[in-house]
Amino acid sequence: MKTNAHKRQVLKYVVCKLIAQAALFVSLVALVIVMVFVLLRGVPHINMQFLFGEYSIRAPSIKPALMGTLYLIVISLVVAAPIGIGSAIFLAEYTNSKSRLVRLIRIAVETLAGIPSIVYGIFGYLVFVVALGFGYSFIGGGLTLAIMILPVIVRSTEESLLAVPRSLREGSFALGSSKVRTIFSVVLPCAANGIVTSLILAVGRVVSESAVLILTIGMVVDIVPKNFTSAGTSLALAVYGFSQRYPEQAAATGAVLLVLVVAINILATLLGKVFGKGELVDG
Amino acid sequence: MDSKFNITVRNCDLYYGDAHALKNVNIDVEESEVTALIGPSGCGKSTFLRMLNRMNDLVEDCRITGEIKIGEQNIYDKGTDVALLRKNVGMVFQKPNPFPMSVYDNIAFAPRTFGVWRRSKLDNIVESSLRQAGLWDEAKDRLRKNAMGLSGGQQQRLCIARALAADPKILLMDEPTSALDPISTGIIEDLINELKANYTIVIVTHNMQQATRISDKTAVFLLGEIIEFGKTESVFTNPKDKRTENYITGRFG
Repeated sequence: MKTNAHKRQVLKYVVCKLIAQAALFVSLVALVIVMVFVLLRGVPHINMQFLFGEYSIRAPSIKPALMGTLYLIVISLVVAAPIGIGSAIFLAEYTNSKSRLVRLIRIAVETLAGIPSIVYGIFGYLVFVVALGFGYSFIGGGLTLAIMILPVIVRSTEESLLAVPRSLREGSFALGSSKVRTIFSVVLPCAANGIVTSLILAVGRVVSESAVLILTIGMVVDIVPKNFTSAGTSLALAVYGFSQRYPEQAAATGAVLLVLVVAINILATLLGKVFGKGELVDG
Repeated sequence: MDSKFNITVRNCDLYYGDAHALKNVNIDVEESEVTALIGPSGCGKSTFLRMLNRMNDLVEDCRITGEIKIGEQNIYDKGTDVALLRKNVGMVFQKPNPFPMSVYDNIAFAPRTFGVWRRSKLDNIVESSLRQAGLWDEAKDRLRKNAMGLSGGQQQRLCIARALAADPKILLMDEPTSALDPISTGIIEDLINELKANYTIVIVTHNMQQATRISDKTAVFLLGEIIEFGKTESVFTNPKDKRTENYITGRFG
């Protein structure tokens, strides 16, 4: 016997499920349309000349942008990784997580992570480009990006460190190890996968960032950068740079960027899986 | 540290913040004996054990008064070298906690901490520690494999071998078999009987049969106090304290 109350329950369940499915469908479709559109428009224009050839007005290439992106990744990681990992070690291993100072630092880090990137851009412009006299340059843009990805690295590194079971730290201390030995020989190796994953995600942020770079590295699309003090462009910025005069190349750059970002995310997910596979299972 | 490694505890009190976890504890642990600590959960056995290698230092607002001596040295003196203390007083935990690295690196961990880096010397330490822990035959072909691949019982023997590799004089064991099956438990109990010739062993256990099987002396803890301490046989067959009798006959705890 099915009561009315039961029927109402079933109806509610079905309606809710339908709404949720519809929402999922719309968001998936939006994602697929964007990807298919960018790839369809962009991929036909990708060729060796476009990727690695010399830039000319007739046949613009993204070699300068590829090199520029590489410069930015190197600068921002070299600066942000040690500082970020160091800060996370300090927060996770040397402070009492309940103390007021640590909570304040944590709120500050969260806030930093939420600041719109154009604000970082104007900061970088005023400080590195103008006040410190770097001019439009990769070093100015890279340092600004380093500040921008710092909170990402600090937060996820700290999480990986805190995920290392207490029992391993105790095991190390009980063998007469100092705190430093415990951190470097036990805790960091255990957290390594998580830390590397966070660095890769940070690289993803660097690769896809554009607002910061408009204000800090100039938009020199046609010259392969000579060194860190050159002005130049990145892939994301090149999409914008090409969009007026070379719409086909802009689409192709977008496709390259899309593939790159997807690859970075897949790499991070794969590493995350290795990380989650139970090396750290307590006991 | 002194050449004698008996443990003397006098009028010892321990507080976690306001909680009075150990109350006026007095005990003498002789060299080359197995001393079992029994009592209901939360009565301070593990706290007492962790006091002996100063693991409670890691706990914030933990306060200790009284005298705890190993040989002639008060281990809570200001000048105590805590690293050396923990090298001399090894510890095996309730849950096996091998480091997620190779079997070899696990065993070599403490020797490396104390400056042994010569390969031949490390090889010797690894082999003799694994032999002492009865794990050599099972582990000799997988020294380079990750220790997390061992079974629970093997992991616990690895942890014992890892502690032995530091060349301790005293071995503290905190319910070392509570996470293991009966066969692994038997193996580890046999091991304890062999090890007591060379090491002073203090072991926390919830298993009273285990206490009678392996220990020479037994201390009964209740609500932070030692209510009875003596030869294991007399504690179990002829308890002086009514509460001991109630506990070992299963009336509470």
